[in-house]
Amino acid sequence: MNLYQQFIRGSQFWAFVKKEFRHIMRDNRTVLILLGMPIVEIILFGFAITTEVNNSKLAILDPSNDKATLHIVREMEASKYFNVVKIIHSTSEIATVFNRGEVDMVIIFGNDFNEKLNHTGGAQIQLVADATNPNVAVTLNNYASSIILQYQMELMMQQKVPYQIKPEIKLLYNPSMKSSFNFVPGVMGMILMLICAMMTSISIVREKETGTMEVLLVSPMKPLNIIIAKAVPYLVLSFVNLVTILLLSVFVLHVPVAGSIFSLTLVSIIFILVSLCLGLLISTISDTQVAAMLISGMALMMPVMLLSGMMFPVENMPKPLQVISHLIPAKWYIMAVKKIMIEGLPLKYALKEIGVLCLMAVVLIGISLKKFKIRLE
Amino acid sequence: MYAIQVEGLSKNYHSAKSGKYAGLGKPSASPDQVDGVTFDVHQGEIFGIIGPDGAGKTTLFRILTTLLVPDSGTAKVDGYDVVTELKDIRQRVGYMPGKFSLYQDMTVEENLNFFATVFNTTVEENYELVKDIYQQIEPFKTRRAGKLSGGMKQKLALSCALIHKPSVLFLDEPTTGVDPVSRKEFWGMLRKLKEQGITILVSTPYMDEAFLCDRIALIQDGIFLQIDSPQGIIDQFAQTLWAVRSNNMSKLLRDLRAHPAVDTCFAFGDVHHVTLSNDSYTIAELHDYLAQLGHSTIEVHVIKAGIEDCYMQLARRVDPHSNNH
Amino acid sequence: MKIVIQTDGLTKQFGNFTAVDNISFKVQKGEIFGFLGANGAGKTTAMRMLCGLSLPTSGKGMVAGYDIEQEPEKVKRSIGYMSQKFSLYEDLKVWENIRLFAGIYGMKSKDIALKTDALLKQLGFESERDSYVKSLPLGWKQKLAFSVAIFHEPKIVFLDEPTGGVDPATRRQFWELIYEAADRGITVFVTTHYMDEAEYCDRVSIMVDGRIDALDTPKSLKNQFNANNMDEVFHQLARKAQRSDN
Repeated sequence: MNLYQQFIRGSQFWAFVKKEFRHIMRDNRTVLILLGMPIVEIILFGFAITTEVNNSKLAILDPSNDKATLHIVREMEASKYFNVVKIIHSTSEIATVFNRGEVDMVIIFGNDFNEKLNHTGGAQIQLVADATNPNVAVTLNNYASSIILQYQMELMMQQKVPYQIKPEIKLLYNPSMKSSFNFVPGVMGMILMLICAMMTSISIVREKETGTMEVLLVSPMKPLNIIIAKAVPYLVLSFVNLVTILLLSVFVLHVPVAGSIFSLTLVSIIFILVSLCLGLLISTISDTQVAAMLISGMALMMPVMLLSGMMFPVENMPKPLQVISHLIPAKWYIMAVKKIMIEGLPLKYALKEIGVLCLMAVVLIGISLKKFKIRLE
Repeated sequence: MYAIQVEGLSKNYHSAKSGKYAGLGKPSASPDQVDGVTFDVHQGEIFGIIGPDGAGKTTLFRILTTLLVPDSGTAKVDGYDVVTELKDIRQRVGYMPGKFSLYQDMTVEENLNFFATVFNTTVEENYELVKDIYQQIEPFKTRRAGKLSGGMKQKLALSCALIHKPSVLFLDEPTTGVDPVSRKEFWGMLRKLKEQGITILVSTPYMDEAFLCDRIALIQDGIFLQIDSPQGIIDQFAQTLWAVRSNNMSKLLRDLRAHPAVDTCFAFGDVHHVTLSNDSYTIAELHDYLAQLGHSTIEVHVIKAGIEDCYMQLARRVDPHSNNH
Repeated sequence: MKIVIQTDGLTKQFGNFTAVDNISFKVQKGEIFGFLGANGAGKTTAMRMLCGLSLPTSGKGMVAGYDIEQEPEKVKRSIGYMSQKFSLYEDLKVWENIRLFAGIYGMKSKDIALKTDALLKQLGFESERDSYVKSLPLGWKQKLAFSVAIFHEPKIVFLDEPTGGVDPATRRQFWELIYEAADRGITVFVTTHYMDEAEYCDRVSIMVDGRIDALDTPKSLKNQFNANNMDEVFHQLARKAQRSDN
């Protein structure tokens, strides 16, 4: 008898999960948004909204014309970012080529470049960029610096001389400065948050709106089971999306998963849990689907986009915003993903992020359980 | 044995929407004293809660179905307390909330199966009970609930509320917004359920449905005006009621109201219903008064009161200003 | 008598489904015209066409002297509309609602101010002038909504189930307001599920499956169908319905 009852309870739970899947699958728009969104975002961020600048026009002023300068110019020409379009011979020409719009950047080598580089260490190089579009100028400067830096490193390796090189992490792990390295973790954080929190809260609030929640509460089904059953489909969908994003990033954007898949999944599960709890919390404070959507949009999406470091570096923000950014789960998730997926670091290097996420999960589950009511008020 | 026992029940809350207190029961003179509602429903009875929107019907239903905790008073459903024995009640009642609209994107069959599973049973197990109702919509069982007509939706919702063979059925305004033909049909189904021994508590804003209940409670502003059988309520109508008609009905209304002996006068379809403050006044006298004012084809006769007449009279007695808004 | 609504073979089709099937009728100035029918009989669709909100598939309709197909904007300016579902803005004050709707219909500020005072006095609402509509009891709201709908003195007012859920006394007071409006020459076109209200109407039409199956005074309809009240008349007609849809 007990076993039979357990079986019935079990089938009750699964019947509910099945019903949730029906709701999702029968609404073509939802299906399209849920499964299409990651694809669109990855492609948008990967290709359209790129901060990369390709094939910019470069002029060279090279009085040294030695082994080192030729090597650097060759590297510039070889990269996809630069095309050397003009060789100039005096500094007076610089203004002219810029005025005519012939070039985007001029590289000026100092005299006796190779000589100074190898012996005195005071080799001079000047990068002059057209800063009418400051973003482009900065990007070009970065590209050029990175190519020069790389040459310096090669030299170092050959000569085993410890130089005053200041290694920049970003360049180390993203030597080609691909913006997708930054966006893939961001998109992962955003999509998982959106699906788990927004969709879960909307689906719970919808039942409030149609009066079915009242009937379910009056049924023998345990209220907690109702909520868990509602979360299951979105958990599954989140995983589908996670896999989609990873496949797209590896095969379309060529951003490899450098670290362990297991660690990445573990971090994602914790983050999904946090998002589901947020969705549950939103559902307890909103009475209409529109309200749930607005709250998820305003309280979750905007901060994720703006404060998680996905689009703008947190370090450059004013202090108060930096403090607020610590409260955003997506920020920690994105940081952990960057470490594990992009930098390929072992799990222990992301312990801080994981710890913060776990703490958030525990607190949110606690609040959700406390706020969750078995009655209407 | 009572299926529902309610004593001194009240639940008042400050409504954010209207900025006023609403709900069930009414705070009386001293702040911690509340006039709650008290009533019993016999097993196998159809008990109607009749009153306008905002009178507290839904609050009462939600307390009895364990969805709300009352401020004061006690309520038992099938012998179980609505506050402490919530699980037992949730096992044995059926509930159709006022705005209940099923799962629009699931088929008729899927809806019924789903609710059966949620209530720990199967459609086959209790098919006998819902057979009469469900058979009418069975031809459309693969149609999505959202595509059903109002009448069919109502039948499906009732089937879903019945599928676990509840001992008490709570129906909150099941006929609101439904046309008179579908309404009559729905009440026919309720009579059949009663024959199977199910207790039904039903609310409605339509006074004409009172006679389809065994007993009714008239509710206004959170308190019960009267509890009795429909006939009993009508028999207690204290005043003489006259139906008056003439060639100019809207002038007639004004003229009757202006008459000092007239207590109340309301338009009732093609006649006006008039009560007098002074019972010694005669039909002939009223006839003459109206003829003097230029009315022709005057008809006056004594009639039996309906539930609406009773409701208006009782409401006036409780709140003398309620008719003068 | 002047005719203010006239339809001739008015039809509305949605794909294969004929929601309104070739209806023809006339309504006179100052008449209270009851528009009855079961759920899904086509009342709402017909009413939308008459209000200039939906174009007929075929047939003609004149409302307040304007063609509903050619001059829907002029039709809209000459009518008032009120329904149970939407009537007034709950988060605006009483006077703000009046001001708003009067303004929408192009009334002058001075006229509005004068008339607002008169209206509030007539309804006995002077003390509620600055109350939010949401704080009024349902019955008051409905009465106010009706008064606002006829505030700009439209030729015709359309009422879609105006008294749903209202207590019996308020329902009667509501009908008294309708009588007054009709006495002033405003034509009232009303739908209702309360069959006793059908008796208040000068004439009643009953729609079944998109057609008008009966149209007459309540008295003649009762005679014709050998019935005691309008409820019986309605049942005899509506029972024949083949379809019921929302």
